[in-house]
Amino acid sequence: MRLAPLAAVLSLLTAPVLAQTGDDTVTTFTLPNGMDAVVIEDHRAPVVVHMVWYNVGSADEPAGKSGIAHFLEHLMFKGTDELEPGEFSEIVAAQGGTDNAFTSRDYTGYFQRVAADRLGLMMKLEADRMRDLVLDSEDMLTERDVVLEERAQRTDSNPGAIFGEQRNALQYLNHPYGVPIIGWKHEVEKLTLQDALDFYGRFYAPNNATLVVAGDVDPAEVEAMALEHYGALEPTPGLEARERPSEPPQVVPRRATYTDERVSNPYVIRTYLAPERDAGDQETAAALTMLAQLLGGSSQTSLMGRTLEQEEGTALYTSAFYSGTAYDDTTFGVIVMPTPDRTLEQAEADMDRMIETLLTEGIDTAQLERIKGQVRAAEIYGRDSLQGRARTYGVAVTSGLTVEDVQEWPAILEAVTEEDILTAAREVFDMNRSVTGYLARPAASEEVTQ
Amino acid sequence: MSLMRNLFVAALTILPLPAVAAVEIQEVTSPGGITAWLVEEPSIPFVAFDIRFKGGANLDDPGKRGATNLMMGLLEEGAADRDARAFAEATEDLAARFGFDTYNDSVGVQVEVLTENRDEALRLLRDALIEPRFDQSAIDRVRDQVLAGIEADARDPQEIASTTMSALAFPDHPYGTALEGTRETVSSLTRDDLMAAHAAALTKDRMYIGVTGDISAADLGPLLDTLLGDLPEVGAPEVPTATYALDGGVTVTDFPSPQSVVLFGHEGIMRDDPDFFPAFVMNHILGGSGFASKLMSEVREDRGLTYGIGSYLVPREYGAQYLGQFSSSNDKTAEAVQIVRDIWADVATNGVDSEKLDDAKTYLTGAYPLRFDGNGQIAGILAGMQVQGLGIDYIATRNDKVMAVTAEDIQRVAARVLQPENLHFVVVGQPEGLATGGL
Repeated sequence: MRLAPLAAVLSLLTAPVLAQTGDDTVTTFTLPNGMDAVVIEDHRAPVVVHMVWYNVGSADEPAGKSGIAHFLEHLMFKGTDELEPGEFSEIVAAQGGTDNAFTSRDYTGYFQRVAADRLGLMMKLEADRMRDLVLDSEDMLTERDVVLEERAQRTDSNPGAIFGEQRNALQYLNHPYGVPIIGWKHEVEKLTLQDALDFYGRFYAPNNATLVVAGDVDPAEVEAMALEHYGALEPTPGLEARERPSEPPQVVPRRATYTDERVSNPYVIRTYLAPERDAGDQETAAALTMLAQLLGGSSQTSLMGRTLEQEEGTALYTSAFYSGTAYDDTTFGVIVMPTPDRTLEQAEADMDRMIETLLTEGIDTAQLERIKGQVRAAEIYGRDSLQGRARTYGVAVTSGLTVEDVQEWPAILEAVTEEDILTAAREVFDMNRSVTGYLARPAASEEVTQ
Repeated sequence: MSLMRNLFVAALTILPLPAVAAVEIQEVTSPGGITAWLVEEPSIPFVAFDIRFKGGANLDDPGKRGATNLMMGLLEEGAADRDARAFAEATEDLAARFGFDTYNDSVGVQVEVLTENRDEALRLLRDALIEPRFDQSAIDRVRDQVLAGIEADARDPQEIASTTMSALAFPDHPYGTALEGTRETVSSLTRDDLMAAHAAALTKDRMYIGVTGDISAADLGPLLDTLLGDLPEVGAPEVPTATYALDGGVTVTDFPSPQSVVLFGHEGIMRDDPDFFPAFVMNHILGGSGFASKLMSEVREDRGLTYGIGSYLVPREYGAQYLGQFSSSNDKTAEAVQIVRDIWADVATNGVDSEKLDDAKTYLTGAYPLRFDGNGQIAGILAGMQVQGLGIDYIATRNDKVMAVTAEDIQRVAARVLQPENLHFVVVGQPEGLATGGL
């Protein structure tokens, strides 16, 4: 603890801003330069997860520069005015730590998992690359090839992923959520060093970042260390709230069929534009979360699983899914993968019938109670994962929610009524907000050639 | 040389190695004679179990390949007086989490149960393990899901590569075929086959148990008897040793994709080999996790030929492989293959420089305590240690074994374990300038 004496002095010099939250293991503070922080205490093992989350993701990219947020995430490992390319990860590894990063539509995050007494060093490293990235054009070109290989591996080699990209583009005609996070290939191929530096200079700043520290730490010491390492970084002036182009009214259902010889089990998938969790206003999202569980959560006990998979035996797999944590409007999805003897048209009819059944016959009270019990249990099980807890807060705050919203969420889920769910269902199941997709196999399959 | 980099170096030399997590393992023996390793962790009100049975899908009769896998998939599809739906409702009502896994060498059961209903949840699990119903309707439904999975694997380049490599490496052993079985074998499985697979796979004499969480040793003992005491004692016979049958070369399987999936390897080294630790450390330097390995740095970082590349020792019960893999665009695959061959030959001849060895030791010893950070995670480590025949004091001595590896050890095992001339590349895609044949 070489840093402790200095840290103690620093914390005396600043106003005490450590704030207790609704969960006694979680505290928050904000540095004078605008950097927010969430500290999660867990003293079971001498381990810490250190994360910095930026309020910027693929949905914040300039038009024509798709993939720049993710490309920059790769370039963040390419050196600073103080570090050689690759040295960041080498230093973390030399401490027995692991590090990585991730980019999504609304956020970009960087993390290290190390022994708890290495936290100060991690902060020093992460603070260094927040403002002082140094890029070399040859490294940039090589890394662009790596990203193109990543795209080829994750998307272009996978028919489901290719189709997902197309369906998403259909769902969002105008909002940038329609653009893939990894970027369109023809645009990624043309990204430049300057594109990366422009994006970096604007968005990578303490007033656009949240520090999340979880593990065997003392919040006051974390604050002192954060002030020492992040406190001197210059904020970006004039960063406004994120305003993305919004969707025009949708007046027709949208449909697409993608056929690929690599498809093994065809399916029908439909997504509906749906509201997301908003700060202080999470009730509709909570009802949609429960709706997804009731309609297609458990493959044994949900409405679709019980009826289509178990009783009728017409589907191999069914699911309903909704994730409310997003900055702008998200989607509610339903999928039915029929048994091989059924067509996609029949599978879609099954899907429609299940939605209709839910709307007309109402909610299975016992099933709702079962789901609420599992929500309560998930809170207990979830406490076992340091990284999971840190991530929950990071995703929430970069999606426009507050720490209080995160902590109120379980109680809001618990309070959802059958009527809330039906109201949300009637609202969300509107074909004029939908995209229906068939992932299909070519008509002449290999049976013909045998 | 900047000021800050010097500071980093100073920091590196001052900080001591992280402390090994204080993991206190108790050996608990039930009144009925069942042994488990336990780490008590009362701070969160749930407990995790990891139960493994040696044997696994290796016990499948060749004509009934897939029986163990289908059987394990059916354990939670109805047991004792509950049919599939009643069992699922009961499990969900208790918010218990049961996972059933099949491997060639073993089958595993992973469990998380809340303290508030622990005994009730474990009685439910007991029924699944000891009195599964294998109702015909459940068999038919889960069989269709397995068949759909087999269908999907046949169109997945990753799976095609893996199946091809296994078949070439172990043509006369269960390791050579997919444990899910084929369309033919799975379609032919009867309820009797599943009952037989159940009786063979889940037996007390091949059972290893790790437990971590909110439970005391005194409470655990009797629970073990309730949960597992009614399992039979003696299981199926031993499996023969797997003879490795593959020479160096290239096998290309055509697949319509912009990228080729490449799986490469040769025979490996067994877990109980005296050279295992040096080989483990050497592999970390050559192709271990993270961005620092030789393969990652030369194939990805320097040349941009792939998104990721790694190598790993695969010691199994009856035979060992040394494998690596990457994906690369079809026009770059041949170049990447050549670089892997060159690196393999270089390390086999020259070993690695001592600085890399020091870095690897620091990483491996520092990362080890970080593995012990969750109840399920720790329970899994405890079960795994017993399966591998490691002592209960292994955790405390493991880092010493890593630190004891010398540059001479690395040089010796590199020459022994790496076989550049026997490296075989299975390539699934449409690679330019690569065809099936010798190296």
